[in-house]
Amino acid sequence: MPAQQTRTTTAPPLRAHPPRVSAERARRFGSWYYAEHALKVMNGYRWTLIAYSVGNPVMYLFAMGVGLATLVDRNSPDAFGGVSYLAFIAPALLSSATIMTAATEFTFPVMDGFKWRRVYYGPHASPLAVHQIVNGYIIAITLRLLLMTAIYFGIVAAFGASPSPWGWVAVPVAVLCGLSFGLPLMAYAASIKEEKGQFALVMRFVVTPLFLFSGTFFPLDTLPIGLQWIGWISPLWHGTELGRLLTYGYQEPVWLVVIHVVYLIVLAILGWRMARKIYEKRLGA
Amino acid sequence: MPNQTNDNYVISAHNLTKKYGDFTAVNDISFDVPAGESFGLLGPNGAGKSTTMKMIGGVSQRTSGDLTIMGLDPEEHGPEVRAHLGVVPQQDNLDEELKVRDNLLVYGRYFGLPMSYLKPKADELLEFAQLTDKAKSKVDSLSGGMKRRLTIARSLINEPKILLLDEPTTGLDPQARHILWDRLFRLKESGVTLILTTHYMDEAEQLCDRLVVVDKGQIMAEGSPSTLIREHSTREVLELRFGSERNTTVAADLQGIGERLEPLPDRVLIYTHDGEAALEQVTARGLHPITSLVRRSSLEDVFLRLTGRSLID
Repeated sequence: MPAQQTRTTTAPPLRAHPPRVSAERARRFGSWYYAEHALKVMNGYRWTLIAYSVGNPVMYLFAMGVGLATLVDRNSPDAFGGVSYLAFIAPALLSSATIMTAATEFTFPVMDGFKWRRVYYGPHASPLAVHQIVNGYIIAITLRLLLMTAIYFGIVAAFGASPSPWGWVAVPVAVLCGLSFGLPLMAYAASIKEEKGQFALVMRFVVTPLFLFSGTFFPLDTLPIGLQWIGWISPLWHGTELGRLLTYGYQEPVWLVVIHVVYLIVLAILGWRMARKIYEKRLGA
Repeated sequence: MPNQTNDNYVISAHNLTKKYGDFTAVNDISFDVPAGESFGLLGPNGAGKSTTMKMIGGVSQRTSGDLTIMGLDPEEHGPEVRAHLGVVPQQDNLDEELKVRDNLLVYGRYFGLPMSYLKPKADELLEFAQLTDKAKSKVDSLSGGMKRRLTIARSLINEPKILLLDEPTTGLDPQARHILWDRLFRLKESGVTLILTTHYMDEAEQLCDRLVVVDKGQIMAEGSPSTLIREHSTREVLELRFGSERNTTVAADLQGIGERLEPLPDRVLIYTHDGEAALEQVTARGLHPITSLVRRSSLEDVFLRLTGRSLID
């Protein structure tokens, strides 16, 4: 057959590897495959993400850190432990940026996955396991938070608001802070059957109070004691205190530093485990 | 007893049952599907077809019974079972934020397939689904039929030997359905085992070598479309309409004509081997229907006979 002879010069026919190999790879790398998908979706609106990541800090740092700071620094130069007001609020802005982004990324897209556009059901029918969908999405958002926070930190540093050589460690700390708030929220979002404005309520009555009362713009102990508990339970306060420690050498007892770190990690792990459980129940029904 | 199942069967279900609380969605059903067969589950909405498909697809756990796909229990070997399958769900779940071709690439990655395979394969499948010129379009700009074809293309990215199709043409216009049937027929010819659910009897007749009629979670009958028709219906059906008021009252006067009589609210069906002859008998009795129609028996008649209800309410 002449066709056989020409075969040798053309490309070999496409062959997928056998199902056994697919399953093996999915078991090992499934979370990364889902992360790839989520990152590809994000890549579709990368310019919006980059503009947000640059625009948001520049805006806040100018308004608060330059405008407000001039006034604050002139009137009470020693109120913030000898550092400028800008240096005082920069770590808080860093952590609140990750919390706000996490609040968006771990709510609406979750509803999209289960209900609106049902995007979870495609990968669910593939060799991926449910917990890999959860992990993959968390990986993708973590990378997004990391990129955003790194840009934010770069701008903070450019403003001269991170004098310590350990300042850059505030970047992963802020990402952890975002996850410690975002992952419990992810579990909550997965438990909602119908979105009737709950997410808007979360933004208004959880995220905003946290933003205002977590020692963000003034030390927590200047608040009346009746309001200080908001800070204690707020991942933002714990993240911000750690950030201050790292960026300008803010002094705190060691036990409190340990509490900050442990609190953030515990919240993130609890949220992650709950999310996995709820996803498995809901998708496996 | 998975060890006793025949190796030739790609899917074996024995006494398969699924309960949601007190509700039994699938009630003790058993069937085997050999490789290369096109096997259908025909039944009305809520019969338990989709639940059965989810269990076969390894995404829903059974309450009791045995189930193996390629000899594997989907609850123990979920990823392995799902790696063998292509799945076309009842509702499209494409990623509308991605472009048409990217949907295929991303999905192929779930199987750990390398880009060197996926890129040419995606182009090949877009060609197969007649979507080549839409490769760079956003999914939400596609018509219903195109989305369905893209979902089918996506399900083929891993070259599955078994394709699960849950209501593949529901909601499509007749032309889009025929294009889809043609594509499915080609897959069948290439040796892919098709498992499909449908509540369309014409779809079942077109695509299925063998089917089970399902109602209320149970199998009512099993066989090829022609066998089922032969066993549960007559060769022809005479449909008479006397106007909605009179259909039931006239039925009494029609007794004795044909083998069986089925008075429905909108028409009377006479099951007979010779429709024309039966019609002559009707007019000989002085009865003059507004319209009359002689047709071949279909799976709809089988379903009506077995359950006393129509497939589509």
